[in-house]
Amino acid sequence: MIKSPLVAGVTAIMIAGSATAQELGDAEEGAKAYRQCASCHQVGEGAKHRVGPHLNGIFGRRAGSMEDYTRYSKGLMREGVDGLFWDLRTLDAYIENPKALVSDTRMAFRGIKDAEERADVLAYLRQFSANPANIPEAAPTAMPSEVDLAPEVLAIAGDVDYGEYLSTECMTCHQADGDDEGVPSITGWPEEDFVVAMHAYKQKIRPHPVMQMFAGRLSDEEIAALAAYYGSL
Amino acid sequence: MKLNRRTFVGTGMAAAASLSAPSVHAAGHGKPRVVVIGGGAGGATAARYIAKDSDGAIDVTLVEPTRTYYTCFFSNLYLAGFRTLESIAHSYGTLAADYGINVVHDWAVGVDRDAQTVTLAGGDTLHYDRLVLSPGIDFVDGAVPGWDVTAQNAMPHAYKAGSQSELLKRQIESMPEGGLFAMIAPPNPYRCPPGPYERVSMVGHMLKDMNPTAKILILDPKPAFSKQGLFEEGWAKHYPGMIERIGPDFGGADVSVDPEAMTITVDGEVTNVDVCNVIPAMKAGRIVEIAGVNDGNWAPIEPSSMRSTIDANIYVLGDSTSAGDMPKSGFSANSQAKVAAMTIRGELTDSRVFPAKFSNTCWSLIGTDDGVKVGASYEATEEKIAKVDGFISQTGEDEELRRRTYEESIGWYEGIASDMFG
Ligand SMILES: Cc1cc2nc3c(=O)[nH]c(=O)nc-3n(C[C@H](O)[C@H](O)[C@H](O)COP(=O)(O)OP(=O)(O)OC[C@H]3O[C@@H](n4cnc5c(N)ncnc54)[C@H](O)[C@@H]3O)c2cc1C
Repeated sequence: MIKSPLVAGVTAIMIAGSATAQELGDAEEGAKAYRQCASCHQVGEGAKHRVGPHLNGIFGRRAGSMEDYTRYSKGLMREGVDGLFWDLRTLDAYIENPKALVSDTRMAFRGIKDAEERADVLAYLRQFSANPANIPEAAPTAMPSEVDLAPEVLAIAGDVDYGEYLSTECMTCHQADGDDEGVPSITGWPEEDFVVAMHAYKQKIRPHPVMQMFAGRLSDEEIAALAAYYGSL
Repeated sequence: MKLNRRTFVGTGMAAAASLSAPSVHAAGHGKPRVVVIGGGAGGATAARYIAKDSDGAIDVTLVEPTRTYYTCFFSNLYLAGFRTLESIAHSYGTLAADYGINVVHDWAVGVDRDAQTVTLAGGDTLHYDRLVLSPGIDFVDGAVPGWDVTAQNAMPHAYKAGSQSELLKRQIESMPEGGLFAMIAPPNPYRCPPGPYERVSMVGHMLKDMNPTAKILILDPKPAFSKQGLFEEGWAKHYPGMIERIGPDFGGADVSVDPEAMTITVDGEVTNVDVCNVIPAMKAGRIVEIAGVNDGNWAPIEPSSMRSTIDANIYVLGDSTSAGDMPKSGFSANSQAKVAAMTIRGELTDSRVFPAKFSNTCWSLIGTDDGVKVGASYEATEEKIAKVDGFISQTGEDEELRRRTYEESIGWYEGIASDMFG
């Protein structure tokens, strides 16, 4: 099943019928960039789980769903159950900033800020999922937009008082004392991760319907206010 | 387990003194005073937020007759053994001890809006600058012919949790083999739209094991109900052939009961029942009418603040209000309470006031590990609290997602309980 890394033409798959179609990057460049991942994730023929799970067949797979890998974080499994599948868009968001997509992920990786480098890594990884020629491209590799945050949005200084009021809505489910039974804890969460995560819900990249609803009606200022408040705790 | 035995601690000197001599708590003590009537989802939350956020600048008194509040939420799960009664019991000890709230265990029996005072059954009188009413629901007299509250032991409503829930559970457990459980469902609007149907699910769960030939009959005046597709799918899966529902087309709205004979009459036809759960039509808690801030059965409010449209010093929360598109739920009452608390604090201490945000999510359990949810967010428009966006679980979801939804409801329960009671 696993194709050799030499599959030709993989470097420039255009996704038909998608207005925001994007190119995968350069798989050869990606192979080099993948070295930063390789200490934890094997990929290719004979790949096994190590610190992290192997990444064969990752495209199209539900997050946190390989039964023989036992070290997934609670959060990653939760997102999987909520409907997070790995495709170009979600993987791109994940490797850009793992915590933005999965708050308590065990993947201690600062993320790849450079979009081209991410596209390269994903082009490389893409080859170890089912042959691009025989799976429909739309689902697993369609790439509408990333968590697309203008620097101005990230730069908004949140109004802590307003954030405190807005946080009362979160408190109905997310306990202030950090208890995370059934519902994850958001207390003491870094401000920037908070902002990116809320925008990921707002843009419906993170899957949970309750959170998509809450985030969906928060303005950029309100998200910043909440992040500032939770960051100040 | 949230049962806390420090209940009486913070009722303090004033309440203790009032037991001996009725008195008007003298005007002219400097701090603004807020009196909250009803220590449930709306009232406890409002009292806690006003006390917490004003840091002692506002004097908060909470009037609630019972020392132990049993949440209606999860009381259906108690029936089926997924929760113990203790796990849905809460005391007011932390609100008194840690938040400085003056908790008075008594009934409010009168409100004098001109004098801005509340009279308690014990004879005491409390002065207020702002009054918050969150007394939940009462039943409409004569709504189900043959039934009134004096019949609630023979035919329980179990729509206020506690001893009624215990009674209903015992009655179901002692049903004869192959017996009939009937539910008279309420007309809209009522507390917790999916509540009766979650209850039917939980009764089905009980009977499936201990009395599998028993039947459940729902008499329903409504043509359709909340999460109907999800419930019906779940009933077919977990309790096939056990549950029958008669809607208004077949007499579901034309029902009377005889609690002594244990019969119900549907569209003229008399049927013997073994357990009869009567959930009558509802209206605002009686004190709303006594205070004269009702319009018909419910209290009208300003969408942006929960302030009564009839009296600017009074706020009404939760089930008692007509809150536009918001359903009557604990989540809603809790959400409304935070808006009111912020507004009241702004009025009394000049703290900042922000635009109102409202939301609701109701989880229901259909069978073991089979949870579903429905929710929406709301905004205040000129004329009402209007729905902005919403979602609902889908039929055909996989078991893992349903289990996760159930687990989420457990997390929510812990969250809202600590948001109400500290
Ligand atoms: C079976 C069932 C299941 C439910 N499940 C859910 C659920 O899963 N999720 C959800 O969000 N909601 C649920 N609800 C709805 C929820 O319980 C109510 O909507 C919520 O409790 C309303 O809050 P409230 O403050 O208006 O009234 P309540 O919580 O009922 O509080 C009213 C309080 O006021 C007191 N009181 C009344 N009159 C006076 C007076 N004159 N003087 C002093 N005190 C007074 C009462 O003793 C009571 O404690 C359920 C309800 C039922 C019946």
